[in-house]
Amino acid sequence: MKTVIIKYNAGNIQSVLVALERIGVQAVVTDDPEEILAAEKVIFPGVGEASTAMQYLKERELDKLIVSLKQPVLGICLGMQLLCAYSEENDTPCLGVFEEVPVRKFRNEKKAFKVPQTGWNSIQQLKGPLFSQVKENEYCYFVHSYYAILNAFTTGTTEYIHPYSSALQRNNFYGVQFHPEKSAKAGEQILKNFLTL
Amino acid sequence: MLTKRIIPCLDIKDGRTVKGTNFLELRDAGDPVELAMRYCEEGADELVFLDITATTEKRKTLAAMVREIATHINIPFTVGGGINTVEDVRVLLDNGADKISVNTSAVKRPELINELAMQFGSQCVVVAIDAKLINNTWMVVTHGGRTPTLLKALDWAREAAARGAGEILLTSMENDGTKNGFALGITKTISEAVAIPVIASGGAGTMEHFSDVFKKANADAALAASIFHFREIPVQELKRYLQERQIPVRL
Repeated sequence: MKTVIIKYNAGNIQSVLVALERIGVQAVVTDDPEEILAAEKVIFPGVGEASTAMQYLKERELDKLIVSLKQPVLGICLGMQLLCAYSEENDTPCLGVFEEVPVRKFRNEKKAFKVPQTGWNSIQQLKGPLFSQVKENEYCYFVHSYYAILNAFTTGTTEYIHPYSSALQRNNFYGVQFHPEKSAKAGEQILKNFLTL
Repeated sequence: MLTKRIIPCLDIKDGRTVKGTNFLELRDAGDPVELAMRYCEEGADELVFLDITATTEKRKTLAAMVREIATHINIPFTVGGGINTVEDVRVLLDNGADKISVNTSAVKRPELINELAMQFGSQCVVVAIDAKLINNTWMVVTHGGRTPTLLKALDWAREAAARGAGEILLTSMENDGTKNGFALGITKTISEAVAIPVIASGGAGTMEHFSDVFKKANADAALAASIFHFREIPVQELKRYLQERQIPVRL
């Protein structure tokens, strides 16, 4: 069984790689289309900025490749946002797997909340195989300034300023806004669930 | 609801955890990796490792230790001490650190914050500010508190945030090691002045001190060292105490 982490110019992929090692999985980090196509599981990680990440994917034609994947794909943080239709971050059209779902910026008009949201928040209304054996209101680690709105693909919600989608699923495409690689035992369970899909 | 974070800090010297009073009189507190794993089990939200002698010792040792920590713990951790360049940071991130913290080097060359934020993203850039009350103004001090500067702590926090810092780690050198409580005034001032999270540090001695820094000073996280190392306050017990006082924590 081969797990591939898509290599691109968005942030710290190492944390994901090490987290998989902790649960006994040796993943491969690559941007080689053939290796990605041949993988059993694909992880699309990322922290960083949406437009530069999309540009990198387009230059390597990884944008078309990702949307064509048939095996389970897990987008993490920016990876999940890029699977949406559009991001307000530098007005960026995204991959559109989660059709018509926009990614918006947290607006902190009363200055009562810090942006980015940084830290442990709870996840609710959990649905689907990714959350098998994960309890409702479990805490996960988040760092983000942009969020996907609630929509038909929502499989988990979180509240910060207002409720938003902390998890999405459409067919073989899964996305989580939090970092399972940094979310203690709950995060490890979610990664294990994905790897055994 | 977003929770308040409890962050044990491990000061590292020669690969061992140490802790002193006002950065002096170091005493041994054990193997950092073992201690880190214990904190994970006890429910710590994050960990900070400060290599307090990193400026004078070999960096290779630190990278190997970071790798060891990353393979054993499943919560975010920050590494600081003697970071001067983008390349220093790359080595630590490549070995599995989630965030890095810069202090003296950023004061000397503030553009370092921009460079790191651009290269790795703001989420992994923590700017540590050591503050000391000088003539009634909270001023920035560097080199572990030994060197005064002309920077006001509040101005520097604002500038660090504007340059792309993801978090501020604010240590009061007046309070550090005293166990008399956090510096509530300057923590509140800075927390309200910047849009990024502020981690309060220095002075924790009782559970009430933590409750105060969250309720009265609006800190997003609180950091302490010796009281956790020597189990004077167990992390789990502290979090239960805070929860009873309506402070959101991860339990």
